[in-house]
Amino acid sequence: MKFSTFFYTLWQGVKNIFRNKLFSLASVATISACLFLFGVFYSILANFQHIVKTAEEGVCVVVFFDEDITEERISEIGTMITKRPEVSKINYVSAEDAWNVFKDEYLGEYSDGFTENPLADCANYEIYLNDVSLQNALVTYLESVPGISEVKRSELTALTLSNANKLIGYVSLGIIGILLAVSVFLISNTVTIGIQVRKEEISIMKYIGATDYFVRAPFVIEGILIGLIGSAIPLGLIYFIYNRALNFVRDQFKVLSSLLNFLTVNDVYKMLLPICLGIGVGIGFLGSFSTVRKHLRV
Amino acid sequence: MAFNRPKKKLMEDDEVIVLNNVSKSYQAGVQALSNVNIRIKKGEFVFVVGDSGSGKSTFIKLLLRELVPTTGSIYILDYNLNKIKHRKVPKFRRNIGVVFQDFRLLKDRNVYENVAFAQRIIEVPSAQIRKNVPKVLATVGLAGKYKVKPGRLSGGEQQRVAIARALVNKPSIILADEPTGNLDPKNSMEIMKLLEEINEKGTTVIMVTHNKEIVNAMQKRVITLNKGVIISDVEKGGYNDEI
Ligand SMILES: Nc1ncnc2c1ncn2[C@@H]1O[C@H](COP(=O)(O)OP(=O)(O)OP(=O)(O)O)[C@@H](O)[C@H]1O
Ligand SMILES: [Mg+2]
Repeated sequence: MKFSTFFYTLWQGVKNIFRNKLFSLASVATISACLFLFGVFYSILANFQHIVKTAEEGVCVVVFFDEDITEERISEIGTMITKRPEVSKINYVSAEDAWNVFKDEYLGEYSDGFTENPLADCANYEIYLNDVSLQNALVTYLESVPGISEVKRSELTALTLSNANKLIGYVSLGIIGILLAVSVFLISNTVTIGIQVRKEEISIMKYIGATDYFVRAPFVIEGILIGLIGSAIPLGLIYFIYNRALNFVRDQFKVLSSLLNFLTVNDVYKMLLPICLGIGVGIGFLGSFSTVRKHLRV
Repeated sequence: MAFNRPKKKLMEDDEVIVLNNVSKSYQAGVQALSNVNIRIKKGEFVFVVGDSGSGKSTFIKLLLRELVPTTGSIYILDYNLNKIKHRKVPKFRRNIGVVFQDFRLLKDRNVYENVAFAQRIIEVPSAQIRKNVPKVLATVGLAGKYKVKPGRLSGGEQQRVAIARALVNKPSIILADEPTGNLDPKNSMEIMKLLEEINEKGTTVIMVTHNKEIVNAMQKRVITLNKGVIISDVEKGGYNDEI
């Protein structure tokens, strides 16, 4: 295709949009609404996941040892634990370390009264997991290891979080799916009307020797442009309100502020931008291309 | 040993259109053309006359490959219209300029844009379009009106725009279906003068008309159709008064 033809086709596509403003507007509005919802849900989910993940990274299982355990056995257990696939990191805390931490955190200057380490039997392993849902399996395993006297599991489980996650996911998928179908339908109508309005022009084009491609392209471009505008609007909107929303949430849940580790808008957009544009353009293309195939016998 | 049987020649070198035993019936069972045989040479000017419903427009549509014959074969330039592939049809049509009774201009675009439109469709570069369009508008005598929209032109002027549009892509054949049908005698004669000039420059012109005066005045080849059958085909003839 020639350069000038490309621009001519593009210009015709733009003109098509303005030829039937009402339908174009309806299509853009539906896609926008759809992708706006998608964007909002996506942002919420992404942050949710991020928060859960941050929380999960802090989750660790602590194991204590039998009183008469040898140093060798402790390091043997350490090697065994490290080999487990669900373990991401393991940290040995000696009795002195444990005492030092305890001292610093709770006793401060009052610690001078202790001559012996009261936590002498408190050497332990802090075991960090790469997936919290595997905690049960690990605990079961650890309890069966000889030499381990006690396994302390973390009370924070991601189970509740991930269930909420799923529910939001399904509901939003349903709504988005319906809206997507409506968008395709509306774009198809917009293009059909465009074709009807331009029947005369199309027939002249065919007499003069326009290729199928040349006749069809402006309508497909019309659809793609509608999709593009329809995705640009919600993307702009969400970008604009994202930080405001975060600040609002932070204000509302001050208590949880240490837990609420939000993503920046740019982090969210790394995925949201291409997905939204892809869906918008994809729907525009799908709606117009299928309609053109059906109604534009050339 | 090669057995070189000479192929039956379908078209002489100087012929641009050949119809062999062409019949066309529509779905409704209407036989619009029956057993039509026509051979047209390069550079000819041919009138096609006949009553309303005699099949003239059907003939034009067959030549444009808007319709395909029910039986018989059509050859135009290097194309066998019975065998041409769908995607080759646009390329074939670029050899033909077409003019209608109702002009069929784009009302939302000015004279210049209407003519440039034809060039855009065949993907002529913009710079070339800017050169070609004024030239062809001058040929049809509309150089001064290039900015005007069709709605503000007289019928004769609109038809000249349509002719300019048909001409700008330099077709070898011009098909005109009653181009003077909506025009008064004076404008009709001007359009005829224009078509004659175009023909004199080497373009083959086929024109459907009801206009007896024009046909008699021009003394060109006249093919007369009656109920889908050719009843006469004369060189340098007048209007066939039998119909
Ligand atoms: N699409 C169609 N479907 C069915 N019959 C048709 C169709 N087009 C034309 N006909 C019929 O075919 C016959 C020839 O029509 P055609 O349009 O070729 O005539 P014409 O000579 O151009 O007439 P006119 O001078 O009125 O323009 C007529 O009987 C017409 O009713
Ligand atoms: Mg007719």
